[in-house]
Amino acid sequence: MDMLETGITRRGLMAGTGALVVSFSMGRALAREAAPQPAAPQPATPEPPALPGSLDDERFLDSWIRIDADNAVTVFTGKAELGQGVRTALLQVAAEELETDPKDIELVTADTGRTPNEGFTAGSQSMQNSGTAIRNAAAQVRAILLAEAGRRFGVPPESLKVENRTITAPDGRSVTYGELVSGQMLHVEAQPQSPLKDPGSFRHMGRPMQRVDIPGKVTGQPAYVHDLRLEGMLHARVVRPPSAAAQLSELDTTSIEAMPGVVSVVLDGNFLAVVAEKEFQAINAMRALSAASRWEEKETLPDQNDLPAALQNLEREVGTVAEAGNMPSFTGRIFAATFSRPYQIHGSIGPSCAVAHMKPDGTLDVWSHTQGVFPDRAAISEMLGMPPEKVRVIHMEGSGCYGHNGADDAAADAALIATKLPGRPVRVQWMREQEHSWEPYGPAMLVKVKASLDETGRIANWGYDLWSNTHSTRPGGAPALRGARHKAPPFPASPAKMQISPSGNGDRNANPLYTIANKRVLWHFLPDMPLRVSALRALGAYANVFAIESTMDELAILADADPVEFRLRHLEDPRARDVVQLAAEQFGWSNMPMPRNRGRGFGFARYKNLAAYMAVAVEAEVEPETGRVRIVRAVSAIDSGEVVNPDGIRNQTEGGILQTISWTLYEAVSFDRTRITSTDWSSYPILRFASIPDKVDVHIVGRPGQPFLGTAEAAQGPTAGAVANAVRNATGKRLYDLPLTRDRVRAAIAT
Amino acid sequence: MAISLKVNGEDKRIDADPATPLLYVLRDDLALNGAKYGCGLGQCGSCMVVVNGEAVLSCMTPVMLMEGREITTVEGLGTIEEPGPLQQAFIEMQAAQCGYCIPGMMMSAHALLRRNANPSDEDIRQALGTNLCRCGTHMRIMAAIRRAGELMQAAGLPAAGEGRTG
Ligand code: FES
Ligand code: FES
Repeated sequence: MDMLETGITRRGLMAGTGALVVSFSMGRALAREAAPQPAAPQPATPEPPALPGSLDDERFLDSWIRIDADNAVTVFTGKAELGQGVRTALLQVAAEELETDPKDIELVTADTGRTPNEGFTAGSQSMQNSGTAIRNAAAQVRAILLAEAGRRFGVPPESLKVENRTITAPDGRSVTYGELVSGQMLHVEAQPQSPLKDPGSFRHMGRPMQRVDIPGKVTGQPAYVHDLRLEGMLHARVVRPPSAAAQLSELDTTSIEAMPGVVSVVLDGNFLAVVAEKEFQAINAMRALSAASRWEEKETLPDQNDLPAALQNLEREVGTVAEAGNMPSFTGRIFAATFSRPYQIHGSIGPSCAVAHMKPDGTLDVWSHTQGVFPDRAAISEMLGMPPEKVRVIHMEGSGCYGHNGADDAAADAALIATKLPGRPVRVQWMREQEHSWEPYGPAMLVKVKASLDETGRIANWGYDLWSNTHSTRPGGAPALRGARHKAPPFPASPAKMQISPSGNGDRNANPLYTIANKRVLWHFLPDMPLRVSALRALGAYANVFAIESTMDELAILADADPVEFRLRHLEDPRARDVVQLAAEQFGWSNMPMPRNRGRGFGFARYKNLAAYMAVAVEAEVEPETGRVRIVRAVSAIDSGEVVNPDGIRNQTEGGILQTISWTLYEAVSFDRTRITSTDWSSYPILRFASIPDKVDVHIVGRPGQPFLGTAEAAQGPTAGAVANAVRNATGKRLYDLPLTRDRVRAAIAT
Repeated sequence: MAISLKVNGEDKRIDADPATPLLYVLRDDLALNGAKYGCGLGQCGSCMVVVNGEAVLSCMTPVMLMEGREITTVEGLGTIEEPGPLQQAFIEMQAAQCGYCIPGMMMSAHALLRRNANPSDEDIRQALGTNLCRCGTHMRIMAAIRRAGELMQAAGLPAAGEGRTG
């Protein structure tokens, strides 16, 4: 059966106007990261009731859960495992409401041929969207099965017991789910309300569960798209230009075509690749091809030594992110400063990879570690001029991505090459230098803050101006793909638009959660992207919270207040107060003087101002002679709402803290006016074992019965603030520009 | 050119350009997933394997130098049904996020634990000097390696996986 066709028909059925509904559904799914898209065309039928999580987009229960006659349970999610452990957490949720064991469920993740369209796996929203959908769908399926069993046994459903996919009547008669389901029983639209289990009766949710993917990963099972080996598979390497604006001027491929194992040299505009029988042959041919190609380059990059001015020059539009009270006016005790964040990389340890297979029937399969199989399919099919239903994109894990990295581009590379070599699967593996040079970066940002205190030591006025590109240029359209921009004719980059939304983008967390009488927060929008940028974990929240939390500490000093107490003074939300107090308490926060060259620092934010609450205290040691900073320990508290897998939350939060320490102390993309110059791990250093903390603690505030809030991106902002504040505390010097490199710390100490 | 290798205790014959880095032979010719491509530059450790007891970057090692040597990859430390102590420890401590760097970490640790089943944290940090992890799993990796040392000592194993392969 053609699953693709079925998927579309199913959506079509629900409103009777297939095409319209599909685009409506996708428009909403796509909108989740960047929030408000212009309103998609509405179906002519009356607006159906809102359903929980992604059920709202894929409304039929059997889009999410299938039960076969042999009692096998299959759960479908449009989300993908990115190393964040979502596969395990979704299994826990499904098992809980279906009254079965996670090991008895097969979970099918993002695949345009099989699963619901849930847009991107991004924004720490998998549990809110997919977890909520699956939980509600599972509870409704259980209720349908109980009702059916009650009917068969002639007893009220409430009298039935359900365990391990078997329903038992008070008199001992029993029936399995598989025996109960028939025909279209689960092909029904979900209801807005579900009979969810009471948290007090949970067996799986809220308890640590070992990740289902780890045993395979530590024993060498195939786990990543990198490990996919298909019959007759060829190995390809792309040859990228030396710089983004370069045009191919000269190329002689004859000697390369004659190299051992080379099957083909692919040239399409500025898109250049080699295909060989064996991987090392492809690498050798790639090097030869690179040496044989001549490019015309242009100076298109800004002056890295004057990045703040360059960013300000790119401003074309200003938007108001938040306003309260009167226009801020500054008198009395004032703090004003300019903060900056450089371009930074995702830096997956395994460079992007994809496999594509153009089959004899004219359909194309693409295996990719993309975060969005449906948007990636839309982009790839547009690039190739193929109808989307002829392209299937199947998610397979990659190395952790932390946002929009090279995954979609590699998938497009593989797809483009595969269409030129129909019949044999083609594997494309990016080289390290390509990943460093060509992935979309986390955007550079500039922030100017000015704030003043009233006589009582409260913040009275707050002015905040940020300069940033958009933080999302994800696919959906072909221009988002690097290969599409290089091929002939090229798909030129689409102009970026400023979009201000509650969850935020470059302005994410630009509005402090602290209660401030008069404030104004503006986004100075930069539509042009001299360096290609897109979503990096936490988007603007990283730099915004760094700037806000640095400012909070300076204001606390002005107010002669303890930094933690000063934050609490401005926090009303009890859940915010709880994490701040818990982190401080577990850290042993005090105002006792620290040993020489040691400092403590605190940071807090509620991610997007509407998701997880996270507070962290760190202790830093600084070597004044070298400027080297090491975080000695970090103690954090997090509230992600209802907890599914506490160890998953801990793992993600520890990882978020350590990755942020790395961003904050070491990381910046470097470039001259033409080329990227940070092209490997020696020119773009990251955290190494020699510099890790002695201890990192994560304390979870559980909220049974509350919505899932997501975890993966909660730590970035607060940790950046805490690290900067600890360095300030240790040295007496405030650093305003990220990263806090040895040179900068040493220079600050010397002044 | 035909080359004979001993991988995870088994004799293998492969046909490859002698300059081919061991990494590609392991992954493509022998279909072993453990060693991963991360940089091909000797900068990240995700391709780490153990050769005659030493941690070696397989992306930097031409296969011709491997004739007659004993190569161990993560597949040689145990199986999913019967994980070895190092694998058990990584599962027990849930020491992975994406897990891509982990086999390389484990092979660096394997070489260390063969010499010293009771390493200090400093020993572990040094042994992992080349290995990069981008997910920030460092604290758990440290804990897993300490735990593996304990498991090995408790089992009376003189060194990790000694009984299986070199
Ligand atoms: S792949 Fe060998 S060190 Fe990175
Ligand atoms: S666990 Fe993902 S790189 Fe280490």
